[in-house]
Amino acid sequence: MDGLKTVLRRDLRVSLRRRSDTFSTLIFFVMVVSLFPLGVGPEPQLLRTMAPGVLWVAAMLASMLSLPRLFADDHSDGTLEQMLLSTHSLAWLVLGKTLAHWVGSGLPLVLLSPVLALQFDLSASATGVLVLSLLLGTPILSLMGAIGAALTVGLRGASVLLSLLVLPLTIPVLIFGAGAVEAHNAGLGVSGHFSLLGALLIVTLMAAPWTAAAALRISLE
Amino acid sequence: MPTSKLSRNINWFKFAAPQRFYPLAGKLLPWFAVAGMLLAAYGLYLGLWVAPTDATQGDAYRIIYVHVPTAWMSMVIYVAMALWAGAGLVFNSRLSSMMACALAPTGALMTFLALWTGALWGKPTWGTWWVWDARLTSELVLLFLYIGFMSLHASIDDVRRADRAAGLLALIGVVNVPIIYFSVQWWNTLHQGASITIQGASMATPMLTGMLVMALAFWAYCIALALMRVRVIILDRERHTAWARAEMGVT
Repeated sequence: MDGLKTVLRRDLRVSLRRRSDTFSTLIFFVMVVSLFPLGVGPEPQLLRTMAPGVLWVAAMLASMLSLPRLFADDHSDGTLEQMLLSTHSLAWLVLGKTLAHWVGSGLPLVLLSPVLALQFDLSASATGVLVLSLLLGTPILSLMGAIGAALTVGLRGASVLLSLLVLPLTIPVLIFGAGAVEAHNAGLGVSGHFSLLGALLIVTLMAAPWTAAAALRISLE
Repeated sequence: MPTSKLSRNINWFKFAAPQRFYPLAGKLLPWFAVAGMLLAAYGLYLGLWVAPTDATQGDAYRIIYVHVPTAWMSMVIYVAMALWAGAGLVFNSRLSSMMACALAPTGALMTFLALWTGALWGKPTWGTWWVWDARLTSELVLLFLYIGFMSLHASIDDVRRADRAAGLLALIGVVNVPIIYFSVQWWNTLHQGASITIQGASMATPMLTGMLVMALAFWAYCIALALMRVRVIILDRERHTAWARAEMGVT
């Protein structure tokens, strides 16, 4: 647990000092979300139907863009190897890094999403469901992405390859996350979707740090 | 733990050496290839001549003789690939990982054929080429997983690191196969449910026989392809050894 707290505090401090990383992720999110109404036309009913899917896909793409940064800097200056050699359990350290990464890139997306939902004229209750689904879903994206980042650390073309590997695995998260808002708009209950999202979060929380640690050992020999 | 004299005297890992597996694969290959061709000929004869026209779908249903075997093979090959990759990770054996790499392109081809023939079947019967239901979506995800496996392996220059990384990825993705299989039970889908269960089959017997023969034909074909490809991979990776150079005729 000491390792977790130390790594978490360190990575949070680093991302606070390098605020441009967080901002660029946020700006990308805003830009992608803004492109869709320009592409499909401003008809309000169409935008209201599209909103959950568009915001979810944009959040996924923004996460994929920021994930290579999870291990890249530490790999290039040798800190990652020190983490592997340390006496602390690598899975806890990975969990700490992933948590810090989520606070730096996933959580800001969640906080900004209600403002963007206004662009799509989404109702207040639907926006609430959307924010909650993103709150449950973005940690899952960060955790699954950590596995992909660990597998592709140090490779050329790592960011595209990471998206190629992680996006198919995150499709269920997208289906249940965006589906929750659609179910709410259709008047059906959202409890099924949220239960499944919560289950996915718990399973990834347990399995992903350990898997990413195994992947790191493979990547760093 | 007591071991029998017999099991102590058998070298269970004899064919784990690429040099010993290469000629074995070469000897097995023609059998599977010929069996595949004969079974395919018989299966297509059963399917296209003997089996009756379907009451509701007419003759359009006959694509089942390719669609169902390829779908089965796409799932079986992924599990086999994940098993070999897992064996490569656990035993640190080169040949297991080579087998996983050999299986991947065939599996991807089977997945693509399943999706393609499914679309060809869907247009006249459902009225649409594609629908985003659970089974089709999860089969598409399977295609992405195969492509991801091959891409990751190709992106890493050190071949042993590539084997291990892609092997881990294959093991992670194996959770998708039960999802594909049970998708028609768990969700309300347009794709029909299982016609062949432990209780029996809900298909006419001549149709069922034709489909099972075609399934065996595809099994034999895929095994033959995998053996052929693994021989090429073995020669490529062992090209620095004397036996491989002799095999390739390089002095």
